[in-house]
Formats: sequence, C-alpha cells, structure tokens
Amino acid sequence: MKKTYKIEVDCANCANKMEEATKKTEGVKDAVVNYMTLKMKVEFEDGADVDTVMNNVRNNCKKIEDDFEIYL
Amino acid sequence: MNKKQKTNRLRIIITAVLLIGLYIVFKSGLILPEDFLNPWLERAVFIVPYIIIAYDILIKSVKGILKGQLLDENFLMGVASIGAFVLGECVEGVAVVLFYQIGELFESYAVGKSRKNITELMDITEDVCFVVEGDDVVKTDSDEVEIGTIIEVKPGDKIPLDGVVVEGGSVIDTSALTGESKPRDITTGDEVLSGSINVTSVIRIKTTAEFEESTASKILDMVSSAGMRKSRSENFISKFAHYYTPIVCGLAVVIAIVVPLVSGLLLGHDYNFAVWVYRALTFLVISCPCALVISVPLSFFAGIGSASAKGVLIKGSNYIEMLSKVDAVYFDKTGTLTKGEFKVTNVYSVTEDINVDLTLDNSDSAQYGSAVRELYKYAASAEYYTNHPIGISMINSYINMENANAKSDELTDAKKDEYLIKPSHVDQIGGKGIIAKVADKEVAVGNDLLMEELINGDFKKATEVGTVVYVSIDNTFAGYIVVNDQIKEGSFEAISELYKVGIKDVGMFTGDEEPIARDIAAKLGLNKIKAKLLPIDKVKALEDEINAGHKVSFIGDGINDAPVIMRSDVGIAMGALGSDAAIEASDIVIMDDDPRKVSLTVRIAKKCMRIVYENIYFSIGIKVLVLLLSLFGLASMWMAIFADVGVMILAVLNAIRCLRIK
Repeated sequence: MKKTYKIEVDCANCANKMEEATKKTEGVKDAVVNYMTLKMKVEFEDGADVDTVMNNVRNNCKKIEDDFEIYL
Repeated sequence: MNKKQKTNRLRIIITAVLLIGLYIVFKSGLILPEDFLNPWLERAVFIVPYIIIAYDILIKSVKGILKGQLLDENFLMGVASIGAFVLGECVEGVAVVLFYQIGELFESYAVGKSRKNITELMDITEDVCFVVEGDDVVKTDSDEVEIGTIIEVKPGDKIPLDGVVVEGGSVIDTSALTGESKPRDITTGDEVLSGSINVTSVIRIKTTAEFEESTASKILDMVSSAGMRKSRSENFISKFAHYYTPIVCGLAVVIAIVVPLVSGLLLGHDYNFAVWVYRALTFLVISCPCALVISVPLSFFAGIGSASAKGVLIKGSNYIEMLSKVDAVYFDKTGTLTKGEFKVTNVYSVTEDINVDLTLDNSDSAQYGSAVRELYKYAASAEYYTNHPIGISMINSYINMENANAKSDELTDAKKDEYLIKPSHVDQIGGKGIIAKVADKEVAVGNDLLMEELINGDFKKATEVGTVVYVSIDNTFAGYIVVNDQIKEGSFEAISELYKVGIKDVGMFTGDEEPIARDIAAKLGLNKIKAKLLPIDKVKALEDEINAGHKVSFIGDGINDAPVIMRSDVGIAMGALGSDAAIEASDIVIMDDDPRKVSLTVRIAKKCMRIVYENIYFSIGIKVLVLLLSLFGLASMWMAIFADVGVMILAVLNAIRCLRIK
C-alpha cells in the first residue's frame, strides 16, 4: 500500500536524511521525500499498521530535525 | 516571505550592521587603535552579534548532540564559529554564521518562490462548484459532488469537473491543459474537461467524474508526483551528500590534531595548533553539501514545471535525464505527423484525359472540366452511405470543390442531398470497394482488385502517391481519385528542429504502404522509415534500434501504440487530453497534438540537464578547490564562506533558469 503525506522540512539535505530515516523505520517498504513539492510518499509492508508506522516515522524524523513535520 | 523568514531577515540585518559597526570602531584602526581591546574583551564585544545570529543554530546543535546527530550542519557551523572565537578570529566567527544564515534565507525564499510559481502554473483544479438544485444554484465543494450532478459554470470560471453539456452553448479555452489557447465551441451534448475555462456564456454540465477522478486532478497529481521518480543525478547527489560531510569532517579532525602532532613529534617543528585548527575549521565551513542538494532537484522541478505550463507533462525527472541522452526519435504516422484526415489530392478522368491536382488551393470549380466534376460526383455519390474515412473525405472534398463556403461545416444528410445523387442500391464488396446504382448507372468505386474483377484490368494505373480509388461507370473505366492523409502543421518544423538539437535519426514507423511513407518522409525530411508494420512489428523495429545501441524515443497517439511507447526508452504520447490509456502507457504526455511540442520537450530536457551538470561540476569543483587551498593555508575562512554560501546562491539562480526555457 502507498500513501502520500504533506510534510514540512526546511532544507534539501534534511529532506534526504528524512527519506533515509523513513526507509529505516519498521513497516516501511520504501519511501520518497520530495523537497520541491513538500510531499512524502510511503510504501508500507504488507500487514503494517499505517498509523503506528507513521507515528514512528514522525518520531524518527524529528530526532534528526526538530522542525520537521508530517501532516497525518 | 513568511514569518520565520522575516524574523531571520531582521536578525541578519541587525547582525550585519552591528558587525560592520564594531569592526569599524575596534578593528579597522580608523577610530580606535587596533589593539584597543585585549583579546578577551574583543571576544566579549563580538559575542553580542554572534548570539543574535547564532542562537538557534547553537540550540539546534545541542539538541542534535543529545539525539546523537553529530554531523548535522548546525553542529558543524557551531563548531566552526566557536572555534574561530577561541582562536581569536571573532569577526570571521560571526561572519561564518551570518553568511550561513543569509544562504539559508535565500534558499528558503528562492525555493518557496519557485515552488509557488510552479504550483500556480499547475493550479488547474477548481475547489468550488455550483450545483443546480431546482431553481437554485448552491455553492458546493467540488470534491463532494457525485457523478451525474448538474452543475452550472459561469463565463470566466474554470470548469471544476469533467462532464457533458446539458444546457447552453459557449466557447471554452483549454490552454491550461494543452498550453495552446485555441478556443473551442461547445454545445449541448459535447464533452468538457475540468481545467478548461468557460469563456462566453453560462453552461450547465452533467458531471461524469468525481473530483479526484477528473482530468484536472489527475494531471495535477501526475505532475506533482513527478519528483518522486528520481533521476540518476539526484540519486548521485544524495549519495554524495551522504559521504561528503563525514569525509570532510574526518579530514578536519585529522588536520587539526594529527598533522601538527606528526609534524611536531617526527619533524621537530613547533606544535602550531592554531594554524592547523584554523584550516580544519575552514574545512567544516565547506563541509555542507547544500548547494548541490538543493540545486539539482530544483533544476528538474523547474524543468518539469516549465514543460507543464506548455502542455507537456513529464512523469519524472529520470525521463528528463533519459530524453537528454536520446539520439533517435521515431514517430508514428497517422495522428502524429499527419492529421488522420484524408483529403482528395488528385482526380483523373479518362474522357477529358486531364489530371487535376487539388493540393493546389484552387477551390473555384469552374476551372475543372465538366467530365472531372461528373466523375467526381458519381464517385462521391456512390459513397453516400459510407462510414469509411476515405469515403467521407471524398464526399467532403467534392462538396468543398463545388462550394468553397461549405468548408467548415459538418457533413449532414441535408448537405449530402443537396450535392449528391442518392444511390438506389449499394453493394459492399469486402476488401475491394462499393458498387452502387447512381441515377441508373452502375458506379463502381474501389481498389485495383475491384477493377481487375469488373473490367479485366483494362484501366490506367495511378502514378500519384496516396490511396487510389478507381472508378468505373457501367463497367467502363472512368478515372481515379487519389486520397491522401494531410501532414500536420508543424511536423516539418518539429523534425528539422530535432536534427538541430542533435538527434541523429528522426524516423517514422507506420502501418501504411511504402510509397506513402516515402512520400511523407521526403516532405518532412525523415531519414529512417519503416513501412507496412503491424503493431507487433513496430515493437520489433524499435527493439532493433535499441539493440543497435541507440537511445530511442517513440512518439505515438498512445492508444494503438501503447506497446511501442512502453518499450521505448522514453515513450511520448501525443494528443492525450482525455485519454487515460495514453497517459498510463507513456513517460511523457503531450496534451494536444502539436508535433512541435516534441522538439520543445527535447530542448527542455537538454537545457535542464546542462544546468544540472553545470551545477554539479561547479559546486563540487569550487569546494574541492577551496579544500585544497585551505589545506595549504592559502584559503581564509572568507573563501570558505564563499565556497559554501556563494556557490549555493549561484547554483540556485542557475537552476531557476530551467523555468525560462522558450
């Protein structure tokens, strides 16, 4: 399953780091962060609980950059 | 500018003024002697502007350390600036952060601005619509409207949902979808697509799609997710950034600690830590890969944006990259290079033995001989009931010849009755033609096989190129009519432009006969053609080119050519407005059917890639150069600031050029 989220991130390099952090989160199969459109596309593993996974994604990203925000 | 940007701008201005003021007073020697402040007092004075400009960076880097994020740019800038203070280089310490903040502000402003520009270009959806309920018109959110609802669209408004006109007639402008402002007349029963603008009068539409599924939303969704398919350059940059910062920081540590120790212990030089620490701090200032990381995706985004403003949708930046490497472009014929509208180009009559060339624009029927006109009339009449495009084109051309004023009108039964003789009986001879009874004469129209059968091959073969319709009247050969597909306006320019931008092979794959293909190739300047191809043969022909080492792009109408479009390196669908199949199969979608858009797209791709490479080489080049210079003590921290912020600003400005490709 794939979902797209609106995000807020300040710099392009941070966006790359967010992408990596999201990919490493459990339950995420693949992720792409688009700095230009401020959108994030997440592909989930089969059977993953989207809400929990996305909460973890948000936490992991916040760890890297405090200003980061995902609009769930 | 948003609030955050405004605060930062204010901080930058205050700091800049303070820094310059303090410098003039204490450091320039103009007002006070240079050594007026002792080193400790100097630090205490310059710490004021430093705190103003750097407090957020310091807070963030402390947070970063607590979370185990050592190599983020805040931390690096923090270390570099504090280090400069420790070394007593207070002015540089403040300047590093000041310029870093200027760079950040510029970056967020420029990116925000181009983001806004581009989204405005793509802003083709309409969030509100007016639903007709009895005598009232109710304002509703577009995404709440169900299929089959009647909505009203006023002149000047965007059509919010796809639908069919049920009341009223108007003119619509589809330029937001196609990039081409050719107004179109619409009337009851016509289909209209969301994103078009209703120009002249109020219309009512019965919707045929929900908001999410309507054309405008789909196009917007496609373009805004284009950045999700990253190009190889973008992936390279992410990888580069991933390793670049740790490597440069590692080198900085080595320079600050190992080099002086080694030179001190082994070579007996003095332990001059200050010099080496200064060089190491310079490294830290250059260690941020910002310029690259921002400018490359920005270039692609701007390129995709400027293409979509012209009615060309590119599905991902990887396709821009691939298209820029394409060296062979193949077109489908019908509907792509030609209009798919047939026209009579020659009429030959035996009795008069003259051949009228109708491609010359002479619509005055008086100059054609009466025999030609009679032959033409009988042949067109025999086609009275036809649905075949060639038959219809014969009727249309005949009516146009007799009455040039009838040109733009549609073919109606009344019009047919006015100009033609209604046949009393018609026989279809499968694969050969028609035999019809027209005014007591037996008129046969068809191909050479029909003539062989009816009159034993006793007829004159046509020498003209095109689809030839032979005519016999009462089993005597009467003449022939040549019908040709019309070359699209702009096909020729498109092809010569493709050669100009460096495409080596520009060719055509067609299912049509060889002579017709050759004729078109000669007229358009195509250098490779393959004719008489079935759809499956087209895929093979394309694979041959790919196997021969070419990077191939194929342009087709997207419906019949879907397999070839998918197989090519970059598949382009043309005239795709309203066709989901075409949009699905292709990598690049040209909304209208103007072949010149193909060369335009190639040009955008090439320009965009050139800018991307310029940015990559320029940014990496300057950074490596300054790193080397500072290693040998030839670069000051000021140069490092330029290598970081200056390069970023230049790269972003360069990237924005992608928006202005004509």
